[in-house]
Amino acid sequence: MNSEPLIFEKSRAGRIGANLPQCDVPEQDIVELLGGDNLRSMLPLPEVSELDVVRHFTHLSHRNYSIDEGLYPLGSCTMKYNPRINEKTASLPGFAALHPLQPVETAQGALQLVYELQGMLASICGMDATTIQPSAGAHGELLAMMMIRAYHRDRGDTARTTVVIPDSAHGTNPASAATCGFRVKSIPSNQKGCTDLNALRNALGPDTAALMLTNPNTVGLFESDILEICSLVHEAGGLVYCDGANMNAMLGITRPGDMGFDVMHFNLHKTFSTPHGGGGPGCGAVSVKKCLEPYLPIPVVTRSDEGTYLLDENRPCSIGRIHSFYGAFLIAVRAYTYIRTLGASGVRAVGENALLNANYVRARLSKAYDIAYNSPVCMHEVVLSAARQKQANGIRALDISKRLMDYGVHPPTNYFPLIVPEALMIEPTETESKQTLDEFIDIMLKIAKEAAEEPELLRTAPHSTLVSRLDETMAVKNLDLRYEALFAGSPHSTVESSS
Amino acid sequence: MSTTPDNLLYSKSHEWVKVEGEFATIGITHHAQAELGDITYLELPEVGRVLQEEEQFGEVESVKAVSELFCPVSGEVVEANTGILNSTEVINEDPYEQGWLIKVRVADKEELAALLNAGDYEKFAGQEGH
Repeated sequence: MNSEPLIFEKSRAGRIGANLPQCDVPEQDIVELLGGDNLRSMLPLPEVSELDVVRHFTHLSHRNYSIDEGLYPLGSCTMKYNPRINEKTASLPGFAALHPLQPVETAQGALQLVYELQGMLASICGMDATTIQPSAGAHGELLAMMMIRAYHRDRGDTARTTVVIPDSAHGTNPASAATCGFRVKSIPSNQKGCTDLNALRNALGPDTAALMLTNPNTVGLFESDILEICSLVHEAGGLVYCDGANMNAMLGITRPGDMGFDVMHFNLHKTFSTPHGGGGPGCGAVSVKKCLEPYLPIPVVTRSDEGTYLLDENRPCSIGRIHSFYGAFLIAVRAYTYIRTLGASGVRAVGENALLNANYVRARLSKAYDIAYNSPVCMHEVVLSAARQKQANGIRALDISKRLMDYGVHPPTNYFPLIVPEALMIEPTETESKQTLDEFIDIMLKIAKEAAEEPELLRTAPHSTLVSRLDETMAVKNLDLRYEALFAGSPHSTVESSS
Repeated sequence: MSTTPDNLLYSKSHEWVKVEGEFATIGITHHAQAELGDITYLELPEVGRVLQEEEQFGEVESVKAVSELFCPVSGEVVEANTGILNSTEVINEDPYEQGWLIKVRVADKEELAALLNAGDYEKFAGQEGH
């Protein structure tokens, strides 16, 4: 079935999906209860059977693409496989059926898990304390900026209003800093794709609150001057924030805390195999050095000398609450399970294999594509450029990505980082076998050949998907998500067409 | 139409400047619009705003990315091309004429000396884009 109608189009008047039991309490007049003004005369929901609903969503689910179906080399996103055991532990009734308001003495196991996860994350990144409360990486960034602001203010250092960010950063970095009221100073990258030390020196001063740095950076390269970078910022009186999106590259090998970073966020959905997105709960845990510990959001999970776990709300310097209750607890269960399943040596093996896989892809594709900032090795991801293909036949990164869909592979990240022309950012992750990588590489080589010999095939791709190439400009300029037919000609309609 | 007209000056952040008396008209270059792809959104400053050299004055959004616009010379904004806010494709189609963005009263003409001429800009843009 190629086209799946909307659920509204399947609607037939009078068809029902559920039978409600007979009302066993006296009926009340609803207008009297709520007032007529609060009632709508029409609620256009689809009238469908249970089977209609099941089939509709099953059909849609078959169109989904996920890591369970195939390679998902979306750079900067760490789309690794999420082991099934994570789901098993997260659905244990002792965890899944907890109520956030139940007394702490009845939730000691859950608090112990959070406490131990905080400790494991702190030890993995070389910091002193952790909170698992932020909902996502950008939320973690914002929290870090709030804590840095509070830190400087507490010291009476009120002139620190600027956050320095390299031009290769994720867009969330300047957004988080600006949201927190800081002025953002962008600095260029050097010829090697890393932080330009002179530009950094010029940008630092008595107004510097912090440097936000991603390491390895978004070009997939390790910031080899990191020790000097951190000490320059510290000498200027600022703190150094690590965007931990690329932590997979360093797991068990090196630690941001040892490099001089003062605070960082983890994306548990990237590095620690909790589910990605879909609007569900996430976790952008934040670890800090001692100097920022007093500012952690409340409540903080602590342990008494007697071994009882507590929710500490009495933290006068805390920046306050940033999440309802204690964060997304069941996500913490998954990350905890992942780390405990791997153990210390397994965690390091994740990092090593992530590096090996990316470098294998890089080595085999380096003749057919340009490599951005051609250093001897890359970290956990490799950034290719389609500059050569563009020059030869006008084939752009987007065309290559669309063609990949014809071969059943999810495209890599396109046009990021912004400093690489026609960027294709590939992050295979450690969970892919050599066979899967070879299949992907062979497809990429075939596409490079097609780009040279049959460029039209790429320009008009994808050809084998249910929906062909979309007009992205139209989609942005004339986005229309409203199903008009639903309201057309309805005599009961009280909904204005502009709503 | 030349893709880099000789009568304009250029910045390394890919803006062009057309100087007429005490005024300068500013837009983005052909190279910039080609790199961005179809432009879908434009944000312009209020008339009367005083801009410093290299200060951000707005942004353009394309299907690929959001880019900041930097003012190559300091001065007061005397006119903004608000007529194209709802037809941003004009920037792609005609970046040097109908697709102009702002007009400023130049505060310091000496700043113009730091800008590139057409030949140097072409060389610069060519290197940057490989």
